[in-house]
Amino acid sequence: MKGYLKREDDFQERRKHLVNLSDEELKARFWDLAGAAVDPLLEIARTHTTPSIERSILLRMGFSSLEAKPLVEMAIDRGLIGKGVGHLVYKASKQNNLSIREAGLAMLEGRLWDALKFTQEAQR
Amino acid sequence: MKNYKPTEKIDIRDILDNIENYRPRRRGWAWRKSVPDLEMGGHYFSDCSAPLKNGIGIPSAVSYFENLDPQPVESITTEIASGRFEDDIRRMRMSAWHGADHIMVIRTAGQSHFDGLIEGTPQGIGGIPITRKQVRCHRKALDFIEDEVGRSINYHSYISGVAGPEIAVMFAEEGVNGAHQDPQYNVLYRNINMIRSFVDAAESKVIMTWADIAQIDGAHNANATARDAWKVMPELIVQHSINALFSEKAGMKKENICLSTVPPSTAPVPAFKYDLPYAVALRDFCGEYKMRAQQNTKYITSSSREATVTHVLNMMISKLTHADIQSTITPDEGRNVPWHIYNIEACDTAKQTLVALDGILDMVGIKEDGYLPREVRELKERAVLYLEELIEAGGYFEAVEKGFFVDSGKYPERNGDGIGRKIDGGIGAGTVFKRDADYMAPVTAHFGYNNVAQYDPGAVSSPASLIDGCTFEKPEKIIFIDELDESDNVNVRMKEADQYRNSRLIKPEMEWLADGTVVLEIFLPTDKKTAEFAAIEIAAKMNMIDPEVIHAEMLHPSEGTRIQVKGKVDISVDLDTLKIPDEPVILTDEELWAAIDKNPLKVVAATIGEDEHSVGLREVIDIKHGGIEKWGIEVEYLGTSCPIEKLVDAAIETNADAILASTIISHDDIHYKNMKKIHDLCVEKGVREKLLILCGGTQVINELAVKTGIDAGFGRGSRGKHVATFLVKNRK
Repeated sequence: MKGYLKREDDFQERRKHLVNLSDEELKARFWDLAGAAVDPLLEIARTHTTPSIERSILLRMGFSSLEAKPLVEMAIDRGLIGKGVGHLVYKASKQNNLSIREAGLAMLEGRLWDALKFTQEAQR
Repeated sequence: MKNYKPTEKIDIRDILDNIENYRPRRRGWAWRKSVPDLEMGGHYFSDCSAPLKNGIGIPSAVSYFENLDPQPVESITTEIASGRFEDDIRRMRMSAWHGADHIMVIRTAGQSHFDGLIEGTPQGIGGIPITRKQVRCHRKALDFIEDEVGRSINYHSYISGVAGPEIAVMFAEEGVNGAHQDPQYNVLYRNINMIRSFVDAAESKVIMTWADIAQIDGAHNANATARDAWKVMPELIVQHSINALFSEKAGMKKENICLSTVPPSTAPVPAFKYDLPYAVALRDFCGEYKMRAQQNTKYITSSSREATVTHVLNMMISKLTHADIQSTITPDEGRNVPWHIYNIEACDTAKQTLVALDGILDMVGIKEDGYLPREVRELKERAVLYLEELIEAGGYFEAVEKGFFVDSGKYPERNGDGIGRKIDGGIGAGTVFKRDADYMAPVTAHFGYNNVAQYDPGAVSSPASLIDGCTFEKPEKIIFIDELDESDNVNVRMKEADQYRNSRLIKPEMEWLADGTVVLEIFLPTDKKTAEFAAIEIAAKMNMIDPEVIHAEMLHPSEGTRIQVKGKVDISVDLDTLKIPDEPVILTDEELWAAIDKNPLKVVAATIGEDEHSVGLREVIDIKHGGIEKWGIEVEYLGTSCPIEKLVDAAIETNADAILASTIISHDDIHYKNMKKIHDLCVEKGVREKLLILCGGTQVINELAVKTGIDAGFGRGSRGKHVATFLVKNRK
C-alpha cells in the first residue's frame, strides 16, 4: 500500500467547533481557508518562471514555437533563464541595435549571448 | 470565405485557403441572451433565450410543431473528438443547427506531455492535436456557422499539460473562447510536477483573462476517478475552491470562472439523495462563480438509452439548482469516440429536457427543512474540515504528497488509497526557476514579478510597449507555421477520400468522411455470450468489414439478447443514378381545416374482404393518430371484413363523398381484385361519378391500384394527412 492515512469517519467529533457557526460564518471560514491554501501557491508563481512561461513570452514577442523552444533551452544551458528569456532577446536587440527578431535569430545561431551584460546581481 | 446556403456543404478547401492570414473577428466568451417571457408558437417560455435564425428542432418539433425550436438560456456544449479537424467542422455545423453554442474540441491523447506547441494538421487519437492551424481553421469555420444560425458560438479546448502558457497564448491570439484550465488536473491525473503546474497556471490564467476566455475547471475528473464517486463530494467542493480562488487572485473575473460540476451518483442508487444536496451545497459555497453542469460519466455503459436517461436526470439537477453551461456527453461515449449522430442526439436531449422543465422553479422549490438542508450542511462542514486539515498538513503541496486527494473515503473518513504525488517528482520536476531581481518580460498579460522599470518606469503598466507591442497588440507579428509533417497532414487525408468530397458519390459515415461505418441492431433468441459470437457471424455474412459488438444486453438468460454491432461497408452510391420520386404535396393543418370547414366532407370506411386488420385504417381515421377526423372529416366506420356491397350501399345511403377501403391481405392479388369490385359495383349502381374510391394497405402501390379503376391507392407510410389532402384536392 501507499502508506497514506487510514481513518474511520470521525465527522461528529471533528465538527464540534463548527456546530454553532451560522451558514454565513461557515462559508466565510471555508473561503478564508481556501485563501490560506492558495496564497502560497500564488507567491511561488509570482517569483518563479518555467520553460513554458518563457516560451509563451517569446511567442508573444513574435517568435514561432520552433524558435522559442531552442532559445529557452539555450538560456537554461547558460544559467540565464532567471533573467527572463524575453529579456535576454530584448537586451541583445538593444545592445546590438537589432530588431527583436533579428536578435533572437542571431541568438539561435549561438551569437550575441557572450556579450550580454547584466549590471544587477544574478540572484536576488 | 464563401457564404454557403443551407443546401450547400462547406468546402474544407475554402477554409484552408488563405488561412495564414486569417484573424479572429472577436474574442471572449458569449453567453446566451435571456429573453424573459419569450412567446413562440403561442406558448410563453420563462427560461429561454433568443431563437435561432436557422436551426432544427427536436423530432417532435419537426413532426408536430412546425419546427418550433425554443433555445434554453443555458449554453449547450457538444464535445467533438474525431481526431480529424476537417471532419469535425461538418459536425460543428450540424451541432450548431441543433442548438450547441459551445464547441469543445478534445485534444489528442498525450498532448499534455508534449513540451511545446504542436504545429500543422496531424491526425489525432480521441481528439485532435491542438495546433494553431487547426484551431484557426475551426474558428474561421465557426465565424461562418455562427452567422448562419444567428448566434455566437464559443470554441473551446484545453490549456493544460507542460505547455499551458504557450497554448494559452496561441488561444488568445486565435480567438478561442473557452478552455479547461486547472493545475490540479495536471498534478493528479497527468503526474506533471505540482510546482510547475501551479506556476504555469498563473501565467495561463492571466493570458486567458486578457483574451476574456471562460475557464472550466477539472474537478469533475475526481468524480470520474474515485472508487465511489459520491464519497468524494467534500473534496470536489475543495478542488473547485482552490482553482477558482487561485484564478480570481490571479486576476480572472468571476463570471469567467466556471466550475465543472457533476452529479456524483446514478441509479440504481437513490441518486437524487446524493446529487441534489451536493448541488445545493456547492452552489451555497461557490455560487458567485458560473456553473458548468457536466454529465456523470463514471457510471456510463455501452447502453445509449441508459446514458441518455442519466443525462436527462442530471439536467433535472441543473434546473432545480442552477447551471450556466449545460454539457452533453454523447450517449455513445461509453463505447467509442462520439459519432456525428450522437452529438446531435445529445444536443437534442439537452434542448428537449431544458425546455420541458422551463419555469420549473416557479412551481416547485428546494425544501428548507428536513433531509436536504441537513445533508447540505453536513457536506459543507466536511469540506471546511478538509481544508482545515490541508492547512494543518502544511498546505496544498504537502497535502497532495500525503495522498489527500481522490481518497475513496468520504472525508474525514480516509481509506489510504488517494492519488499522491511527490513535490519534487513528476514530469517537469526541476524546471521551475527563481526570477532574478532584474527578471523582465516585455509582453502583455504576464503574471508576477516583472522588472520593467529598469528600462522604462513609464512602461510598467504596459510592458509590451518596450518592443512596440507584442502579438496581442500587433497580431501581424504572429509567425504562422503551416505543416511540419509531409505524410501526416490534411492535404494527404483529403486525397484519400477525395472522390467523396463535395461530389455526387456518397458513402455511409459515422465520424470521418466515407469511413463506411454502420451499425446493425439485432435481437437474438439466445444467451448473451452466444449472441455476441452469433452476431459477429451474422455481420460477417452481411459483408460487414471488421464487425465488432459495441453493446450487448441480456433480456433473459436464455430467451434473448439485444446486440449492436458496428462494422464497415465498402458501399457507395452515385447520386446521379438514384431515382427519387417527387414529394407528394401535403396541405397544412390550417389549409385542411379551412377547406373542410367551408365545404364539409363525409366518408364511409371499412376493411374489406375477409380481412380483420384494422390498425392501419384506424390510424388514418382516428383523430388521436393524426387521422382525417382531425380536420373535421365525418367518418362512418363500418368495421372489419365488411362485404363490398354493404360498403357501397352505405356510401349511397349516407350520401358520402368517398369510400375508404383498407385491404392488407395480398395473397393472389386479392387486394387489387377487391378494389376492382368496388369500382365495378359503383359503376353498376350509377354512383361512380359522385364517389371517390380510396384504398390502402401495406402492400398497396398507387400505380397498380389506379389501374383497377379506383381513384387512389395508399401504401406503407401513408397517414391521415395524405388521405385528407387527396380528398380535398380531388373531391367531386
